[in-house]
Amino acid sequence: MKDRSEIVTGLAEILEEVAGVNPDDVAEEKSFTEDLDVDSLSMVEVVVAAEEKFDVKIPDDEVQNLKTVGDAVSYIQKNAA
Amino acid sequence: MSGVDVVVTGLGATTPLGGDVASTWEALVAGKSGVGVLEQEWAAPLPVRIAAQLADDPTNHIERVKTRRLDRSEQMAIIAAWAAWRDAGEPDVEKERLAVVVGSGIGGATTLLAQDDIMEASGPRRVSPHTIPMLMPNGPAAWVGLELGAQAGVHAPTSACATGAEAIAWALDIIRSGRADVVVAGGTEAVIHPLPIAGFSSMRAMSTRNDEPEKASRPWDKARDGFVLGEGAGIIVLERADSAKARGAKIYARLAGAGMTSDGFDIVQPHPDGVGAVRAIKAALRDSGFASSDIGHVNAHATSTPVGDMAEIKALHHAIGEQAVLTSTKSMTGHLLGAAGAVESIATILALHHGVIPPTINLDDPDDALDLDVAAHKARHVELQAALNNSFGFGGHNAALIFARA
Repeated sequence: MKDRSEIVTGLAEILEEVAGVNPDDVAEEKSFTEDLDVDSLSMVEVVVAAEEKFDVKIPDDEVQNLKTVGDAVSYIQKNAA
Repeated sequence: MSGVDVVVTGLGATTPLGGDVASTWEALVAGKSGVGVLEQEWAAPLPVRIAAQLADDPTNHIERVKTRRLDRSEQMAIIAAWAAWRDAGEPDVEKERLAVVVGSGIGGATTLLAQDDIMEASGPRRVSPHTIPMLMPNGPAAWVGLELGAQAGVHAPTSACATGAEAIAWALDIIRSGRADVVVAGGTEAVIHPLPIAGFSSMRAMSTRNDEPEKASRPWDKARDGFVLGEGAGIIVLERADSAKARGAKIYARLAGAGMTSDGFDIVQPHPDGVGAVRAIKAALRDSGFASSDIGHVNAHATSTPVGDMAEIKALHHAIGEQAVLTSTKSMTGHLLGAAGAVESIATILALHHGVIPPTINLDDPDDALDLDVAAHKARHVELQAALNNSFGFGGHNAALIFARA
Protein backbone atom coordinates (compact mmCIF):
# COMPACT_ATOMS: atom_id res chain seq x y z
CA MET A 1 0.00 0.00 0.00
CA LYS A 2 1.26 3.47 -0.91
CA ASP A 3 1.71 5.84 2.01
CA ARG A 4 -0.50 8.90 2.18
CA SER A 5 2.20 11.49 1.53
CA GLU A 6 3.21 9.66 -1.62
CA ILE A 7 -0.36 9.86 -2.91
CA VAL A 8 -0.62 13.57 -1.98
CA THR A 9 2.54 14.23 -4.00
CA GLY A 10 1.11 12.30 -6.95
CA LEU A 11 -2.16 14.25 -6.78
CA ALA A 12 -0.26 17.52 -6.55
CA GLU A 13 1.56 16.68 -9.78
CA ILE A 14 -1.77 15.97 -11.50
CA LEU A 15 -3.35 19.16 -10.12
CA GLU A 16 -0.44 21.22 -11.36
CA GLU A 17 -0.59 19.65 -14.80
CA VAL A 18 -4.35 19.93 -15.42
CA ALA A 19 -5.37 22.93 -13.32
CA GLY A 20 -2.21 24.93 -12.69
CA VAL A 21 -2.42 24.43 -8.91
CA ASN A 22 0.79 25.25 -7.03
CA PRO A 23 2.01 21.92 -5.55
CA ASP A 24 2.89 23.72 -2.31
CA ASP A 25 -0.81 24.49 -1.81
CA VAL A 26 -1.86 20.85 -1.97
CA ALA A 27 -2.50 19.30 1.44
CA GLU A 28 -4.92 16.70 2.77
CA GLU A 29 -7.32 19.21 4.35
CA LYS A 30 -7.70 21.29 1.17
CA SER A 31 -11.00 21.19 -0.71
CA PHE A 32 -10.63 20.74 -4.48
CA THR A 33 -13.27 23.31 -5.38
CA GLU A 34 -13.16 25.76 -2.46
CA ASP A 35 -9.45 25.93 -1.73
CA LEU A 36 -7.73 24.82 -4.91
CA ASP A 37 -10.18 26.37 -7.42
CA VAL A 38 -10.59 23.19 -9.44
CA ASP A 39 -13.72 23.53 -11.56
CA SER A 40 -15.98 20.62 -12.47
CA LEU A 41 -14.41 19.97 -15.90
CA SER A 42 -10.90 20.03 -14.48
CA MET A 43 -12.03 17.68 -11.70
CA VAL A 44 -12.98 15.17 -14.40
CA GLU A 45 -9.44 15.44 -15.76
CA VAL A 46 -7.97 15.01 -12.29
CA VAL A 47 -10.01 11.86 -11.69
CA VAL A 48 -9.07 10.27 -15.03
CA ALA A 49 -5.40 11.10 -14.51
CA ALA A 50 -5.50 9.71 -10.95
CA GLU A 51 -7.08 6.47 -12.16
CA GLU A 52 -4.18 6.05 -14.54
CA LYS A 53 -1.46 7.08 -12.11
CA PHE A 54 -2.64 4.99 -9.16
CA ASP A 55 -4.20 2.11 -11.09
CA VAL A 56 -7.60 2.59 -9.47
CA LYS A 57 -11.18 2.90 -10.69
CA ILE A 58 -13.03 5.98 -9.42
CA PRO A 59 -16.71 5.68 -10.43
CA ASP A 60 -18.58 8.94 -11.18
CA ASP A 61 -20.92 8.52 -8.18
CA GLU A 62 -17.87 8.23 -5.95
CA VAL A 63 -16.34 11.48 -7.21
CA GLN A 64 -18.94 13.64 -5.39
CA ASN A 65 -17.70 12.20 -2.09
CA LEU A 66 -14.14 13.30 -2.78
CA LYS A 67 -14.38 16.83 -1.40
CA THR A 68 -10.84 17.16 -0.11
CA VAL A 69 -7.46 15.93 -1.16
CA GLY A 70 -7.55 13.70 1.95
CA ASP A 71 -10.82 12.10 0.78
CA ALA A 72 -9.14 11.22 -2.49
CA VAL A 73 -6.06 9.87 -0.73
CA SER A 74 -8.19 7.59 1.46
CA TYR A 75 -10.18 6.32 -1.51
CA ILE A 76 -7.04 5.62 -3.52
CA GLN A 77 -5.33 3.91 -0.59
CA LYS A 78 -8.32 1.63 -0.04
CA ASN A 79 -9.06 0.80 -3.66
CA ALA A 80 -5.76 0.85 -5.54
CA ALA A 81 -4.87 -2.48 -7.11
CA MET B 1 -26.91 53.94 -46.24
CA SER B 2 -27.76 54.58 -42.66
CA GLY B 3 -27.68 57.48 -40.24
CA VAL B 4 -25.08 55.86 -38.03
CA ASP B 5 -21.44 56.06 -39.14
CA VAL B 6 -19.29 53.14 -38.06
CA VAL B 7 -15.53 53.41 -37.67
CA VAL B 8 -12.59 51.11 -37.03
CA THR B 9 -10.65 52.01 -33.91
CA GLY B 10 -8.64 48.88 -33.14
CA LEU B 11 -6.77 46.21 -35.08
CA GLY B 12 -5.43 42.86 -33.88
CA ALA B 13 -3.95 39.89 -35.69
CA THR B 14 -1.66 36.93 -35.55
CA THR B 15 -0.61 35.65 -38.97
CA PRO B 16 2.04 33.66 -40.80
CA LEU B 17 3.88 36.96 -41.29
CA GLY B 18 3.94 38.12 -37.69
CA GLY B 19 2.49 37.76 -34.23
CA ASP B 20 0.84 41.17 -34.39
CA VAL B 21 -0.52 43.77 -36.80
CA ALA B 22 2.67 45.86 -36.97
CA SER B 23 4.95 42.97 -37.94
CA THR B 24 2.34 41.56 -40.34
CA TRP B 25 1.93 44.92 -42.08
CA GLU B 26 5.67 45.45 -42.34
CA ALA B 27 6.10 42.02 -43.97
CA LEU B 28 3.14 42.61 -46.31
CA VAL B 29 4.53 45.90 -47.56
CA ALA B 30 7.98 44.32 -47.96
CA GLY B 31 6.51 41.50 -50.06
CA LYS B 32 7.58 38.65 -47.79
CA SER B 33 6.13 35.17 -48.12
CA GLY B 34 4.83 33.39 -45.04
CA VAL B 35 4.71 30.03 -46.80
CA GLY B 36 7.11 27.27 -45.84
CA VAL B 37 7.67 23.54 -45.84
CA LEU B 38 5.70 21.38 -43.41
CA GLU B 39 8.50 19.58 -41.57
CA GLN B 40 6.09 17.53 -39.45
CA GLU B 41 6.31 13.77 -39.86
CA TRP B 42 2.64 13.54 -40.75
CA ALA B 43 3.18 15.68 -43.83
CA ALA B 44 5.47 13.21 -45.57
CA PRO B 45 2.78 11.08 -47.30
CA LEU B 46 0.62 14.07 -48.30
CA PRO B 47 0.49 15.42 -51.85
CA VAL B 48 0.77 18.93 -50.35
CA ARG B 49 3.66 19.50 -47.93
CA ILE B 50 3.65 23.31 -47.68
CA ALA B 51 1.59 25.78 -45.65
CA ALA B 52 1.68 29.23 -44.10
CA GLN B 53 2.09 28.52 -40.40
CA LEU B 54 1.86 31.15 -37.68
CA ALA B 55 5.02 33.21 -37.19
CA ASP B 56 4.50 33.32 -33.42
CA ASP B 57 2.96 30.32 -31.70
CA PRO B 58 -0.08 31.29 -29.60
CA THR B 59 1.11 29.15 -26.71
CA ASN B 60 3.90 31.72 -26.25
CA HIS B 61 1.23 34.15 -25.06
CA ILE B 62 -1.34 32.09 -23.19
CA GLU B 63 -0.63 30.30 -19.92
CA ARG B 64 -0.13 26.57 -20.26
CA VAL B 65 -3.10 25.42 -18.19
CA LYS B 66 -5.44 27.67 -20.14
CA THR B 67 -4.23 26.25 -23.46
CA ARG B 68 -5.52 22.82 -22.34
CA ARG B 69 -9.07 24.06 -22.72
CA LEU B 70 -8.62 26.23 -25.81
CA ASP B 71 -8.48 25.02 -29.41
CA ARG B 72 -5.64 26.67 -31.32
CA SER B 73 -8.19 28.75 -33.25
CA GLU B 74 -9.58 29.99 -29.91
CA GLN B 75 -6.13 30.86 -28.59
CA MET B 76 -5.45 32.89 -31.72
CA ALA B 77 -8.81 34.68 -31.54
CA ILE B 78 -8.17 35.65 -27.92
CA ILE B 79 -4.71 37.00 -28.76
CA ALA B 80 -5.99 39.03 -31.72
CA ALA B 81 -9.02 40.29 -29.80
CA TRP B 82 -6.99 41.57 -26.86
CA ALA B 83 -4.54 43.22 -29.25
CA ALA B 84 -7.42 44.96 -31.06
CA TRP B 85 -9.09 45.94 -27.80
CA ARG B 86 -5.90 47.49 -26.42
CA ASP B 87 -5.20 49.18 -29.76
CA ALA B 88 -8.65 50.76 -29.51
CA GLY B 89 -7.71 52.16 -26.10
CA GLU B 90 -10.00 49.74 -24.23
CA PRO B 91 -13.23 51.63 -24.90
CA ASP B 92 -15.18 52.38 -21.76
CA VAL B 93 -18.41 50.86 -23.08
CA GLU B 94 -21.13 49.30 -20.95
CA LYS B 95 -20.85 45.52 -21.23
CA GLU B 96 -24.50 45.37 -22.26
CA ARG B 97 -23.62 47.55 -25.29
CA LEU B 98 -20.59 45.45 -26.34
CA ALA B 99 -21.05 42.60 -28.84
CA VAL B 100 -18.75 40.06 -30.48
CA VAL B 101 -18.94 38.58 -33.97
CA VAL B 102 -16.10 36.13 -34.59
CA GLY B 103 -16.33 33.23 -37.00
CA SER B 104 -14.27 30.33 -38.19
CA GLY B 105 -14.54 28.51 -41.48
CA ILE B 106 -13.92 25.02 -40.14
CA GLY B 107 -13.86 25.36 -36.35
CA GLY B 108 -12.02 23.17 -33.88
CA ALA B 109 -11.20 20.39 -36.32
CA THR B 110 -7.75 19.67 -34.89
CA THR B 111 -9.29 19.20 -31.43
CA LEU B 112 -11.91 16.85 -32.86
CA LEU B 113 -9.30 14.79 -34.65
CA ALA B 114 -6.87 14.68 -31.72
CA GLN B 115 -9.61 13.58 -29.32
CA ASP B 116 -10.74 10.93 -31.80
CA ASP B 117 -7.18 9.59 -31.80
CA ILE B 118 -7.31 9.45 -27.98
CA MET B 119 -10.65 7.66 -28.02
CA GLU B 120 -9.41 5.09 -30.55
CA ALA B 121 -6.23 4.49 -28.58
CA SER B 122 -7.42 4.67 -24.96
CA GLY B 123 -11.22 4.58 -24.93
CA PRO B 124 -13.98 7.15 -24.41
CA ARG B 125 -13.16 7.83 -20.74
CA ARG B 126 -9.89 9.45 -21.79
CA VAL B 127 -11.62 12.00 -24.03
CA SER B 128 -11.05 15.48 -22.58
CA PRO B 129 -14.02 17.13 -20.83
CA HIS B 130 -13.00 20.29 -22.69
CA THR B 131 -13.56 18.68 -26.11
CA ILE B 132 -16.97 20.18 -26.90
CA PRO B 133 -16.23 23.84 -26.03
CA MET B 134 -12.96 23.46 -27.94
CA LEU B 135 -14.50 22.14 -31.14
CA MET B 136 -17.78 24.04 -31.26
CA PRO B 137 -17.72 26.60 -34.07
CA ASN B 138 -18.92 29.38 -31.77
CA GLY B 139 -16.05 28.63 -29.38
CA PRO B 140 -13.73 31.45 -30.52
CA ALA B 141 -16.56 34.02 -30.40
CA ALA B 142 -17.66 32.78 -26.99
CA TRP B 143 -14.14 32.97 -25.58
CA VAL B 144 -13.58 36.48 -26.93
CA GLY B 145 -16.92 37.46 -25.42
CA LEU B 146 -15.89 35.98 -22.06
CA GLU B 147 -12.51 37.68 -22.07
CA LEU B 148 -14.02 41.10 -22.80
CA GLY B 149 -17.23 40.54 -20.83
CA ALA B 150 -19.44 41.27 -23.85
CA GLN B 151 -23.14 41.03 -23.03
CA ALA B 152 -24.89 42.51 -26.08
CA GLY B 153 -24.62 39.21 -27.96
CA VAL B 154 -21.90 36.89 -29.15
CA HIS B 155 -22.27 35.56 -32.68
CA ALA B 156 -20.34 33.19 -34.90
CA PRO B 157 -21.26 33.44 -38.57
CA THR B 158 -19.73 30.73 -40.69
CA SER B 159 -19.47 30.92 -44.47
CA ALA B 160 -16.20 29.14 -45.27
CA CYS B 161 -13.67 31.57 -46.72
CA ALA B 162 -16.08 34.51 -46.53
CA THR B 163 -16.50 34.11 -42.76
CA GLY B 164 -14.16 36.88 -41.59
CA ALA B 165 -15.70 39.43 -43.94
CA GLU B 166 -19.26 38.37 -43.10
CA ALA B 167 -18.47 38.77 -39.40
CA ILE B 168 -17.48 42.39 -40.05
CA ALA B 169 -20.58 42.95 -42.18
CA TRP B 170 -22.82 41.61 -39.41
CA ALA B 171 -21.03 43.85 -36.92
CA LEU B 172 -21.90 46.85 -39.10
CA ASP B 173 -25.57 45.84 -39.02
CA ILE B 174 -25.51 45.37 -35.26
CA ILE B 175 -24.20 48.88 -34.65
CA ARG B 176 -26.48 50.51 -37.22
CA SER B 177 -29.54 48.80 -35.82
CA GLY B 178 -28.68 50.03 -32.35
CA ARG B 179 -28.18 46.59 -30.77
CA ALA B 180 -24.66 47.51 -29.61
CA ASP B 181 -22.32 50.52 -29.62
CA VAL B 182 -19.04 48.63 -29.92
CA VAL B 183 -18.49 45.33 -31.72
CA VAL B 184 -15.35 43.19 -31.74
CA ALA B 185 -15.42 41.33 -35.04
CA GLY B 186 -13.30 39.07 -37.22
CA GLY B 187 -12.27 35.52 -37.95
CA THR B 188 -9.86 32.81 -36.91
CA GLU B 189 -8.66 29.57 -38.46
CA ALA B 190 -6.22 26.86 -37.43
CA VAL B 191 -6.57 23.68 -39.46
CA ILE B 192 -3.04 22.87 -40.57
CA HIS B 193 -3.49 19.14 -40.05
CA PRO B 194 -3.26 16.18 -42.43
CA LEU B 195 -7.02 15.63 -42.73
CA PRO B 196 -8.09 19.10 -43.95
CA ILE B 197 -5.01 19.17 -46.21
CA ALA B 198 -5.92 15.75 -47.63
CA GLY B 199 -9.52 16.89 -48.13
CA PHE B 200 -8.59 20.08 -49.97
CA SER B 201 -5.98 18.13 -51.94
CA SER B 202 -8.56 15.59 -53.02
CA MET B 203 -10.59 18.50 -54.40
CA ARG B 204 -7.46 19.48 -56.37
CA ALA B 205 -7.82 22.93 -54.80
CA MET B 206 -4.30 23.27 -53.39
CA SER B 207 -0.96 24.12 -54.89
CA THR B 208 1.46 21.19 -55.02
CA ARG B 209 4.51 23.38 -55.59
CA ASN B 210 6.22 21.62 -52.69
CA ASP B 211 9.75 22.45 -53.81
CA GLU B 212 9.18 26.21 -53.97
CA PRO B 213 6.90 27.07 -51.06
CA GLU B 214 7.45 30.82 -51.29
CA LYS B 215 6.37 30.79 -54.93
CA ALA B 216 3.34 28.53 -54.46
CA SER B 217 0.75 31.23 -53.80
CA ARG B 218 0.70 33.18 -57.07
CA PRO B 219 -2.70 34.78 -57.73
CA TRP B 220 -3.41 35.66 -61.38
CA ASP B 221 -0.10 34.19 -62.55
CA LYS B 222 -0.28 31.75 -65.48
CA ALA B 223 1.50 29.08 -63.44
CA ARG B 224 -0.90 29.23 -60.46
CA ASP B 225 -2.03 25.77 -59.41
CA GLY B 226 -4.18 26.23 -56.34
CA PHE B 227 -4.22 27.91 -52.93
CA VAL B 228 -1.79 27.50 -50.05
CA LEU B 229 -3.37 26.76 -46.68
CA GLY B 230 -2.56 29.25 -43.95
CA GLU B 231 -3.58 29.82 -40.35
CA GLY B 232 -4.25 33.05 -38.54
CA ALA B 233 -6.69 35.37 -36.83
CA GLY B 234 -7.76 38.93 -37.49
CA ILE B 235 -10.03 40.95 -35.22
CA ILE B 236 -11.10 44.59 -35.41
CA VAL B 237 -12.95 46.93 -33.08
CA LEU B 238 -15.87 48.73 -34.69
CA GLU B 239 -17.83 51.46 -33.01
CA ARG B 240 -20.21 54.33 -33.56
CA ALA B 241 -18.30 57.23 -35.09
CA ASP B 242 -19.90 59.79 -32.75
CA SER B 243 -18.84 58.04 -29.56
CA ALA B 244 -15.40 57.17 -30.97
CA LYS B 245 -14.83 60.85 -31.73
CA ALA B 246 -16.23 61.91 -28.38
CA ARG B 247 -13.73 59.75 -26.52
CA GLY B 248 -10.89 60.96 -28.74
CA ALA B 249 -10.20 57.51 -30.19
CA LYS B 250 -7.68 57.00 -32.97
CA ILE B 251 -9.74 56.23 -36.09
CA TYR B 252 -8.18 54.04 -38.75
CA ALA B 253 -11.01 54.12 -41.27
CA ARG B 254 -14.74 54.17 -41.68
CA LEU B 255 -16.60 50.97 -42.58
CA ALA B 256 -18.78 52.59 -45.22
CA GLY B 257 -20.75 49.66 -46.52
CA ALA B 258 -21.18 45.93 -46.91
CA GLY B 259 -22.81 43.58 -49.37
CA MET B 260 -23.53 39.89 -48.93
CA THR B 261 -25.02 37.59 -51.56
CA SER B 262 -25.18 33.89 -52.37
CA ASP B 263 -24.59 32.34 -55.78
CA GLY B 264 -27.24 29.62 -55.76
CA PHE B 265 -25.07 27.94 -58.35
CA ASP B 266 -22.69 25.26 -57.03
CA ILE B 267 -21.49 24.02 -53.66
CA VAL B 268 -17.82 24.79 -54.40
CA GLN B 269 -17.38 26.27 -57.89
CA PRO B 270 -17.71 30.04 -58.20
CA HIS B 271 -20.03 31.19 -60.96
CA PRO B 272 -17.65 31.57 -63.95
CA ASP B 273 -18.89 35.11 -64.61
CA GLY B 274 -18.81 36.03 -60.93
CA VAL B 275 -22.42 37.23 -60.98
CA GLY B 276 -22.92 36.66 -57.24
CA ALA B 277 -19.74 38.60 -56.56
CA VAL B 278 -20.92 41.46 -58.80
CA ARG B 279 -24.17 41.68 -56.86
CA ALA B 280 -22.29 41.72 -53.54
CA ILE B 281 -19.95 44.49 -54.69
CA LYS B 282 -22.82 46.56 -56.09
CA ALA B 283 -24.75 46.11 -52.88
CA ALA B 284 -21.74 47.29 -50.89
CA LEU B 285 -21.38 50.32 -53.16
CA ARG B 286 -25.04 51.26 -52.76
CA ASP B 287 -24.76 50.79 -49.01
CA SER B 288 -21.64 52.98 -48.85
CA GLY B 289 -22.92 55.80 -51.04
CA PHE B 290 -19.73 55.65 -53.12
CA ALA B 291 -19.69 55.45 -56.90
CA SER B 292 -17.70 52.60 -58.44
CA SER B 293 -15.22 55.20 -59.70
CA ASP B 294 -14.43 56.22 -56.10
CA ILE B 295 -12.91 52.81 -55.34
CA GLY B 296 -9.16 53.23 -55.69
CA HIS B 297 -8.04 49.88 -54.34
CA VAL B 298 -9.29 46.32 -54.11
CA ASN B 299 -7.90 43.72 -51.74
CA ALA B 300 -9.10 40.82 -53.86
CA HIS B 301 -10.14 37.37 -52.73
CA ALA B 302 -7.80 35.88 -55.40
CA THR B 303 -6.62 32.62 -53.81
CA SER B 304 -4.36 31.44 -56.66
CA THR B 305 -6.81 28.92 -58.08
CA PRO B 306 -7.15 28.63 -61.87
CA VAL B 307 -10.92 29.35 -62.05
CA GLY B 308 -11.62 31.61 -59.08
CA ASP B 309 -8.99 34.26 -59.74
CA MET B 310 -10.28 35.12 -63.19
CA ALA B 311 -13.97 34.96 -62.23
CA GLU B 312 -13.23 37.70 -59.71
CA ILE B 313 -11.49 39.79 -62.37
CA LYS B 314 -14.62 39.60 -64.53
CA ALA B 315 -16.72 40.62 -61.55
CA LEU B 316 -14.46 43.58 -60.77
CA HIS B 317 -14.66 44.73 -64.38
CA HIS B 318 -18.43 44.80 -64.19
CA ALA B 319 -18.79 46.25 -60.73
CA ILE B 320 -15.79 48.56 -60.23
CA GLY B 321 -14.20 49.36 -63.58
CA GLU B 322 -10.53 49.80 -64.35
CA GLN B 323 -9.27 52.57 -62.06
CA ALA B 324 -8.67 50.52 -58.92
CA VAL B 325 -5.27 49.09 -58.00
CA LEU B 326 -5.67 45.44 -57.04
CA THR B 327 -3.67 43.24 -54.78
CA SER B 328 -3.92 39.76 -53.33
CA THR B 329 -2.21 39.61 -49.96
CA LYS B 330 -2.83 35.84 -50.06
CA SER B 331 0.27 35.71 -52.24
CA MET B 332 2.11 36.28 -48.94
CA THR B 333 -0.16 35.01 -46.16
CA GLY B 334 -1.54 31.98 -47.95
CA HIS B 335 -5.27 31.39 -47.62
CA LEU B 336 -6.43 31.89 -44.04
CA LEU B 337 -9.92 30.53 -44.82
CA GLY B 338 -12.32 31.87 -42.17
CA ALA B 339 -9.76 34.45 -41.05
CA ALA B 340 -8.96 35.65 -44.58
CA GLY B 341 -11.66 38.32 -44.83
CA ALA B 342 -10.69 39.74 -41.45
CA VAL B 343 -6.93 39.81 -41.95
CA GLU B 344 -7.44 41.22 -45.44
CA SER B 345 -9.79 43.86 -44.04
CA ILE B 346 -6.95 44.91 -41.78
CA ALA B 347 -4.64 45.11 -44.82
CA THR B 348 -7.28 47.18 -46.65
CA ILE B 349 -7.77 49.50 -43.68
CA LEU B 350 -4.02 50.05 -43.34
CA ALA B 351 -3.67 50.61 -47.10
CA LEU B 352 -6.21 53.45 -46.77
CA HIS B 353 -4.65 54.73 -43.58
CA HIS B 354 -1.06 54.80 -44.87
CA GLY B 355 -1.71 55.28 -48.60
CA VAL B 356 0.28 52.14 -49.34
CA ILE B 357 -1.01 49.11 -51.21
CA PRO B 358 0.87 45.90 -50.36
CA PRO B 359 2.17 44.00 -53.38
CA THR B 360 1.03 40.77 -55.00
CA ILE B 361 4.16 38.66 -55.05
CA ASN B 362 4.91 35.92 -57.59
CA LEU B 363 2.90 37.58 -60.36
CA ASP B 364 5.71 36.90 -62.84
CA ASP B 365 3.70 35.96 -65.89
CA PRO B 366 0.17 37.39 -65.64
CA ASP B 367 -2.80 35.45 -66.98
CA ASP B 368 -3.67 36.68 -70.50
CA ALA B 369 -7.14 37.66 -69.28
CA LEU B 370 -5.77 39.85 -66.46
CA ASP B 371 -6.52 43.34 -67.73
CA LEU B 372 -6.75 45.24 -64.46
CA ASP B 373 -3.96 47.06 -62.63
CA VAL B 374 -2.30 44.89 -59.98
CA ALA B 375 0.41 46.11 -57.58
CA ALA B 376 2.73 43.32 -58.71
CA HIS B 377 5.99 42.62 -56.85
CA LYS B 378 6.26 46.03 -55.15
CA ALA B 379 4.08 48.04 -52.82
CA ARG B 380 2.34 50.98 -54.47
CA HIS B 381 1.98 54.41 -52.86
CA VAL B 382 -1.45 55.83 -53.69
CA GLU B 383 -3.70 58.31 -51.91
CA LEU B 384 -6.99 56.50 -51.45
CA GLN B 385 -10.52 57.62 -50.57
CA ALA B 386 -12.22 54.23 -50.52
CA ALA B 387 -11.22 50.60 -50.91
CA LEU B 388 -12.98 47.30 -51.38
CA ASN B 389 -12.26 43.96 -49.74
CA ASN B 390 -13.76 40.86 -51.42
CA SER B 391 -14.25 37.46 -49.84
CA PHE B 392 -15.92 34.41 -51.34
CA GLY B 393 -16.52 31.04 -49.76
CA PHE B 394 -17.37 27.43 -50.60
CA GLY B 395 -21.13 27.26 -50.54
CA GLY B 396 -21.44 30.25 -52.85
CA HIS B 397 -21.04 33.00 -50.24
CA ASN B 398 -19.95 36.45 -51.45
CA ALA B 399 -19.05 39.27 -49.11
CA ALA B 400 -17.84 42.73 -50.10
CA LEU B 401 -16.76 45.40 -47.62
CA ILE B 402 -16.04 49.02 -48.45
CA PHE B 403 -13.78 51.00 -46.14
CA ALA B 404 -13.24 54.73 -46.48
CA ARG B 405 -10.55 57.04 -45.24
CA ALA B 406 -11.65 58.55 -41.96
